[in-house]
Amino acid sequence: MTPPLARPETRDVGLLRQSLAIVRRNLIHIKRMPEMLMDVTIQPVMFVLMFAYVFGGSIAVAAPDGYREWLLPGIMGQTIAFAAFIVAVGLTADLDKGIVDRMRSLPIHPAAVLVGRSLSSLLHSSIGIVVMSLTGLVVGWRIRGGVLDALTAYGLLLLWGFAMIWVGIWVGSAMRSVEAVNGVMFTTMFPITFVANTFAPTDAMPHWLRVIAEWNPISSLVQAVRELWGNTPPAPDDAAFPLQHPVLMTVVWTLSITAVVAPLALRTFQNRTRD
Amino acid sequence: MPTDVAIEAVDLVKRFGDTVAVDGVSFTVPQGTVLGLLGPNGAGKTTTVRMMTTLTRPTSGTARVAGHDVLTDPAGVRRSMGLTGQAATVDELLTGRENLRLVGSLYGLSSAYIRQASDDLLERFSLSDAGHRVVKEYSGGMRRRLDLAVSLIATPPVLFLDEPTTGLDPRSRVELWDVLRELVSGGTTLLLTTQYLEEADQLADRIVVIDRGIVIAEGTPLQLKDSSGAAAVVVTVSHADDLGRAEEILRDVVGEVHVEPNARQLTSPADGLRDMTRIAAAFEGTDIELDDLGLKRPSLDDVFLRLTGHRADLAAEPTEEVPS
Repeated sequence: MTPPLARPETRDVGLLRQSLAIVRRNLIHIKRMPEMLMDVTIQPVMFVLMFAYVFGGSIAVAAPDGYREWLLPGIMGQTIAFAAFIVAVGLTADLDKGIVDRMRSLPIHPAAVLVGRSLSSLLHSSIGIVVMSLTGLVVGWRIRGGVLDALTAYGLLLLWGFAMIWVGIWVGSAMRSVEAVNGVMFTTMFPITFVANTFAPTDAMPHWLRVIAEWNPISSLVQAVRELWGNTPPAPDDAAFPLQHPVLMTVVWTLSITAVVAPLALRTFQNRTRD
Repeated sequence: MPTDVAIEAVDLVKRFGDTVAVDGVSFTVPQGTVLGLLGPNGAGKTTTVRMMTTLTRPTSGTARVAGHDVLTDPAGVRRSMGLTGQAATVDELLTGRENLRLVGSLYGLSSAYIRQASDDLLERFSLSDAGHRVVKEYSGGMRRRLDLAVSLIATPPVLFLDEPTTGLDPRSRVELWDVLRELVSGGTTLLLTTQYLEEADQLADRIVVIDRGIVIAEGTPLQLKDSSGAAAVVVTVSHADDLGRAEEILRDVVGEVHVEPNARQLTSPADGLRDMTRIAAAFEGTDIELDDLGLKRPSLDDVFLRLTGHRADLAAEPTEEVPS
């Protein structure tokens, strides 16, 4: 007979520390597979170079300091929008491999899996924003506004990232495989991030497309960031309302997206994991 | 532990749409014992375990683990049990130690304790040298052992193992059995699902056989074998010429004989060892040379075949047990 096994004292350390344990695990993933960061490093840098030097010459913008300066906030907007992609891929992989089930069988807060995944994805995207800022400095982009405005712009990008997390949780819970996530995300995120003011000004678009592009939530974000960084003059008078009030509308859009998508995302996640 | 019953399933039912995966399963597992939940693929084993481990909500019925109800106190259930799922759910990109540390810190164990417990567990599961290696490089058997080690980091009193040895080579399987026996002798209660009759026979104190979501038999391995009918004595003669005489002798002693000339074998129903000695004595006085004389108890395979109408290892249901 083996003597009875001693049982250690387990403690409920709370949602935050449990989430951080999961963040730590996700960061180890990045350390082991640095190519996971390609989507926020090489890919956006490639976009900067491609648009700045290949297409840039034929895209006319009203910005005082040229296309490259105008382009940078657009690519940042696209990079942070892809936070949804990052969350979805990570979550689907964990669901698919049974990691989520293993976590759910542990005595932890039911939200820890999602909070941990969201925080690490946001960190992942933030790396992209830092890389973009540095790349921008190299190609001639500068922040020309005040410090407070500059920080507000970064804050809006983060806020946008939070809204995108919910989209990611929703898509990630609904899809059965990482391949499916890739398919859905590529076919939706690329058009959504392109039919906007990210890479080319909207005023040269056909009227109907211009309306869509200017009401595209990403356009508000990009316009707000450009204005706060002093990379563009205010939108022309004939631009749609969101471009006239980009900061306000960015906040409105992120809150609306969150209000609509968060309940859907939670329900889809619960349905996926309950049965 | 509030009671001597460690695990209790009470009329568990799970429906996925129109499909009834589990249809009223009840059983109890006394503390410190092993219950084998035996059934073919798609019988409802995994769904039953998922309900008992709070991963799936029962359509009706309930289960209690270490006195905690899965419906009213799922947190209590999770604190009292470890689960090793069908697929080894360890993180491939983490090392063995990092896997242990992740789960240990989610349990709220101190770093010092986790380090100590990881050393012990890795040692016990022959993974000490692999602790710092990424799980991706592990063999199937090593993954399983790590998976089990991770489930044990907080030394839960109750352990659920869903097909713990599926896909393992025979040696790894036997090694894992030894580890499980050791756990049980330390007081852990074990519920394991398996398609392998031998595994249930080797490990389980009691077996619950389920098929198509319902319990079709329950008992100790021996009871199940006995219920399947009497044992048989098998006599193999050395020379085919002796078959006729051997048949007469057997008929005198036990009455009924079945002859298989090609195998030079004669089979008679026997009441156990007593008949066996009588038969041996009857041959003693003759010059008939025997190759073999043995008592054949029905195997769990026979039990299974009789109960379900299909062989266990043939996986009669092609449907995978993937919920919804």
